[in-house]
Amino acid sequence: MVVGTPHISLAGSGALLLDGMQGAFNDATQELVWAVANAALSLEGVREAVPGMNNLLVVFDPLATDAHSVGDQLMSLWSATDAHPVTGTHHTIPVHYGGARGEDLTGWAAHCGLSVDETVRRHAAARYTVAAIGAMPGFPYLSGLDPLLAWARRSTPRLKVAEGAVIIGGAQAGIMPMTAPSGWHIIGHTDVKLFKAEAELPVLLRPGDKIRFAIAGIEA
Amino acid sequence: MIEILTTGLPNTVQDLGRPGHLALGVSHGGAMDKQALAIANLMLGNDPSAGGIEVALHPFRLRAHIDTAVAITGADCAVSIGDRPCPPWWAMTIRAGETLVLEAPRAGARSYIAFAGGIDLPPVMGSRATDVKGGFGGFAGRGLSRGDRLALKPAQCRLPAGGIGAALEERRGAADALASAIELRVLPAAEFDAFTPEAQAAFTGSEWRITNDANRMGYRLAGETLSLLSPLELLSHGIVPGTVQVPPSGQPIIQLADANTCGGYPKIATVIEADLWRLAQAPVGARLRFSAVSIEASTEALRANRQQSHDFIAARNLMAGEQRAP
Repeated sequence: MVVGTPHISLAGSGALLLDGMQGAFNDATQELVWAVANAALSLEGVREAVPGMNNLLVVFDPLATDAHSVGDQLMSLWSATDAHPVTGTHHTIPVHYGGARGEDLTGWAAHCGLSVDETVRRHAAARYTVAAIGAMPGFPYLSGLDPLLAWARRSTPRLKVAEGAVIIGGAQAGIMPMTAPSGWHIIGHTDVKLFKAEAELPVLLRPGDKIRFAIAGIEA
Repeated sequence: MIEILTTGLPNTVQDLGRPGHLALGVSHGGAMDKQALAIANLMLGNDPSAGGIEVALHPFRLRAHIDTAVAITGADCAVSIGDRPCPPWWAMTIRAGETLVLEAPRAGARSYIAFAGGIDLPPVMGSRATDVKGGFGGFAGRGLSRGDRLALKPAQCRLPAGGIGAALEERRGAADALASAIELRVLPAAEFDAFTPEAQAAFTGSEWRITNDANRMGYRLAGETLSLLSPLELLSHGIVPGTVQVPPSGQPIIQLADANTCGGYPKIATVIEADLWRLAQAPVGARLRFSAVSIEASTEALRANRQQSHDFIAARNLMAGEQRAP
């Protein structure tokens, strides 16, 4: 596999951000991010490895190791680690498209120049991958959105987007695990719970998991 | 048990946070001024990570329903227990029926109350810290309300009559935040070089004001407009507390304890961990000034910061040993 040399920068004295971005988001780079994240957790002094979109934040104790050493080791891992595709869990998420809890559906279809039914059909036909979990507890950044369905984020974020909202932002898809502010467009909702703080496994989705949206209803 | 009498929703149960779950999207959280809470706990013989109360909105009042001991640290505010005044950074006994009162701070912004034994709440994801955004942890996942009753863990805490206090060298002179700008040491972050030379110079060369939009998630600042050399589209990436982001408005945001774990705005710098308490104690309207430091200096500051807690434990153990001597 061909991936470029990543750029590594300081995020304070106790973290490094490894940026593997080669232009637009790339699935092969993401698989390498997951593999390096796993391997980095074994490095001395490393406390957390946080996959982002084609990047990786590595948090360490600067009194147990140092940025130069962690940086060198990350570079070695990046060039030496095999990125096996992760065989994640498959999830089917039933979605009620449109209606009061999917208020941007018709605007989205118009933006795409498609009928509502065709927009929904394409959204539900695609196979998504959980690229990363972050921003808020359990929020999945999903890759795999049909490029025809991409829609730049709102210029003004909504202060409250409800838990269960099925959303798209740019070329990414997502699902709100809790009610929170978001600049993404709301196209429907699901009753699947993504985050339960008290559960033994609080987060439903993991990087590498595969998602398919099932049409539970369309209300234009 | 204690009962909350006067409070505001920004006041929450906190401990030293729940690091280790960033990859699940869960913020580190915990006390904004972790050292203040840790020292308050240590004064009572607690583990430094025991659960206490972070008071961000004063005045605050609570009533004890049992005989216990409390320690109050953080902001410099008038404190009373029953009819006895309590000095800053002090631990004292409180009897059942007595009221603890924290008045508005003279300096600083956040007070911490630790209790002998600590607040007895079940840890969620390894911590008793309240994650307000996620609605979990602490007391019912929310800020404290009048009438809330919190159980305390059973504890043996013997304080000398009149209590004991703590004095931290670096807190001296940091008292009057509004009189002069608060100095914050920073390391350059990923996109520092993507800003114009003017923006880079203005970042460390000018003063910034904390706007009303300031809470546990982050502080929005006002000052000169920071511009990029050219527009930048970044993919979402993990961020740590202390990250200084610059959104398209050109006005920086400092991400703090409850910040989102991922962001997408360009990052000009990161406030060093050893200085995060200075932000926790900086009220709305306070002026800030950033100064660049080396990574070595940043690490050394953190080492000194941690050494203070070790020194405190050693001193307390020494005193406890002397008290036991015949």
